[in-house]
Amino acid sequence: MSGTETAFNDVALRPRLSFSYLQRTIRMGFRSLWTHRLRSLLTVLGIVFGVASVIAMLAVGEGASYEAQEQIRRLGSNNIILRSLKPPEEDKVSTTRSFVVEYGLTYADIERIRATIPGVQVIVPARIKRDYVWRIARRVDCDILGTVPWYAELHDVTMQQGRYFTTSEMKRSLNVCVLDSAMAYELFPLDPAVGGSVRVGREYYRVIGVMKPETRQADEAAAQGGSNGGSTSASYQMYIPLTAAKNRFGETLLKRRSGSIEAEKVELHQATVRVSRQEDVVETAAIIADLLDRVRKKKDYEIVVPLELLRQAERTKQIFNVVLGSIAAISLLVGGIGIMNIMLATVTERTREIGIRRALGAKRHDIVVQFLIETVILSCSGGLVGVVLGVSVPLLIERFANMVTIITPWSPPLAFSISALVGTVFGIYPAVRAARMDPVEALRHE
Amino acid sequence: MPGDVIIRLENVTKTYTMGAVEVHALRGVTLSFTQGEYVSIMGPSGCGKSTLLNLLGCLDRPSAGRYELGGSELSLLDDDMLSEIRCGRLGFIFQSYNLIPQLNVIENIGVPLYYQGRPERESLEMAAEFAERVGLSERLHHRPYELSGGQQQRVAIARALVNDPLVILADEPTGNLDSASGTEILSILDDLNKQGKTLIMVTHDEHIADRSMRVVRLRDGEVVSDVWN
Repeated sequence: MSGTETAFNDVALRPRLSFSYLQRTIRMGFRSLWTHRLRSLLTVLGIVFGVASVIAMLAVGEGASYEAQEQIRRLGSNNIILRSLKPPEEDKVSTTRSFVVEYGLTYADIERIRATIPGVQVIVPARIKRDYVWRIARRVDCDILGTVPWYAELHDVTMQQGRYFTTSEMKRSLNVCVLDSAMAYELFPLDPAVGGSVRVGREYYRVIGVMKPETRQADEAAAQGGSNGGSTSASYQMYIPLTAAKNRFGETLLKRRSGSIEAEKVELHQATVRVSRQEDVVETAAIIADLLDRVRKKKDYEIVVPLELLRQAERTKQIFNVVLGSIAAISLLVGGIGIMNIMLATVTERTREIGIRRALGAKRHDIVVQFLIETVILSCSGGLVGVVLGVSVPLLIERFANMVTIITPWSPPLAFSISALVGTVFGIYPAVRAARMDPVEALRHE
Repeated sequence: MPGDVIIRLENVTKTYTMGAVEVHALRGVTLSFTQGEYVSIMGPSGCGKSTLLNLLGCLDRPSAGRYELGGSELSLLDDDMLSEIRCGRLGFIFQSYNLIPQLNVIENIGVPLYYQGRPERESLEMAAEFAERVGLSERLHHRPYELSGGQQQRVAIARALVNDPLVILADEPTGNLDSASGTEILSILDDLNKQGKTLIMVTHDEHIADRSMRVVRLRDGEVVSDVWN
């Protein structure tokens, strides 16, 4: 080596950022983070939970709204559902020993609607009575729906076994019935339900069909509310022809309640109106309300428009998404600040190391890259763990809480890239601060 | 004396401002060092010897004056260029070893090579070779805290040598060591000098200074004596 050569004509060996340089820096970053395992773990928890909660909450929310929309859709977006409702004033009167309350939709109402409104396609009247259904010694508390054969088609009911009852069976008011699958299992645990018979009061009904379980929810939703004279609906349902219901149960329903007997006279508990064009649904509902109000003193019915419910559900979902987005943004921000905080502390703690590295020839950008890479490693591994957690939590919820969850395909990559971005953004300041240090000062640091 | 002039300081001053007070750490130092010299810089604390060493080591820039290293004027260079010079032309040995705790022996030795951008395999080979030269080939994969003070300082020496520097700057290399390991380190440094390395060492131990060929004494930021042994 001769002293006459210049000090810096052969030192610039290295391109500014090569692949192997990055690779080694990343490995070194992992090493540094590994030295402080617990600290690194605690630091990334913010990001982990941020990312996981975004994905999980989105999945649960999506699932819930899907379920709600599916239920509403099963009610039929072209349908208008009318339900008899016990007027509130009469509740007080019924505290006397015995009283017959007369309210609700009548066959005349249905006729009126059919005669007046042109767009109306089908009207399905339904009567609902709550009673015990027996099979030998097995008993089930259930809602008995007297309805029409096309109820199945209108409400999207699909059969597991057997069939729905037919028009001729309704005309002859035969004692036939369709059970939902849970109830069929309850009553006929060992033998096939179709072909067997069940007893309600003194009447026997032949089982001709069993419904698929998922189609029940829609009817459950339809049967909820005041449709059964204010009492809650049973979890099981049985369907019989409307005429049979009318003939066997009469129009007066007796209810025994702690000491008092209450009788209700209701012709129809429920009716479904199908409108041919979806655009007309809301308007038709208003016309029907007008029509019904004209012949009543009190409002003893309610109108449910699934389409409106659907729109409402969609609006709710949008609001939910906005709220969720802000929560996610805040939690990731908090996670990012946590990382920055720790990185600042790390930079201070490693001041001496920075001084050594600078003395041994590290440029400012080497130091920036070193610390930035550590931060990005932290946030990305946090993001990765978060994604795994966020994907598995909805699966667990689905498994154990029996809820539908839908992991939207774009949410894991989005959450992950946001976490990586957070790491980069919040890593810049600590890294630059590390690089700005005066090497002499840094070396003197204890 | 053998060799060419590799370091030339001309009327170098260094002034720090601490609040309203100006501290004159160096007041016009003119020195030159030639290839193969073994120089001790001595003086009471606060005399500016650390400042001088920092300037020589391109860790700091003079407030005024010229600093030439290997024939090139350095006072105009930017931070990145100074880093490159430290990386390729200078070796540092510190009083407190200054190894990086999370790296093992061979990686610590390889740090200057890493910043030179040498391929990993090559730098590991070179680092292993220099570890052997300071007698640490048994301990390549130990962490600094698993080593004694003397061993740590030997790692530091290997690290200072690995980039084949123009000059080795040592800041009280035996200050934290017991006398036995201190002697050991000093004999390594002697050997290096015999092999032709230029050594500039800050110390305040007269016995250590006696081993070198030239002693520069500073007081209040000025050179008060420059004696050849």
